[in-house]
Amino acid sequence: MLEWLSLALLAVGAFFFLAGTVGLLRFPDVYCRLHALAKADNLGLGFILLGLAVQADSLAAALKLLLIWPLVLAASAGVGFAIARRAHALGIAPWRKEAE
Amino acid sequence: MTSVFALAIALFLLVNLMVALLAAARGPTPADRMLMALLFGTTGTAVLVLLAAAGGGTPLVDVALVLALLAAIGGIAFAKRAWQGEEGGDA
Repeated sequence: MLEWLSLALLAVGAFFFLAGTVGLLRFPDVYCRLHALAKADNLGLGFILLGLAVQADSLAAALKLLLIWPLVLAASAGVGFAIARRAHALGIAPWRKEAE
Repeated sequence: MTSVFALAIALFLLVNLMVALLAAARGPTPADRMLMALLFGTTGTAVLVLLAAAGGGTPLVDVALVLALLAAIGGIAFAKRAWQGEEGGDA
């Protein structure tokens, strides 16, 4: 039972990573791509860590796995903000839908 | 069975990473290349954790933690200091 739950969580995580990659390929400019990566990939990582934590050997090992997630969330929030602000300061214009 | 599945997902994430690397290489602005720092932080951490579950053992979880930390420091340091943009000559 627990094993199937773990497999399902891992599959959901892989799906969110796929969504992030599709967003990276399809979105028009750097700010949109940042949006795809920073959200979808971190959600996928959360599901994968949860899927591995439910079948960890001990409580300490599960907590250690789950502890990676807030660290990566804080890291990607900081890096995403730094990239977007630098891109804006360098004059990379945000994409707009062309008027018909 | 779980370890085989974890290995399969790690391989899938690696393929994702390769595709994203190609997309970033042809990206029009230096900012698109900077996205790889972000991507390696999350996807690399996921791959390492999955490899730890697939028989690599607990040390790989520590490696994943260190990679997450270094991705944060490296990405912010690069965006703040090293990246001068088009007119800087190193774009």
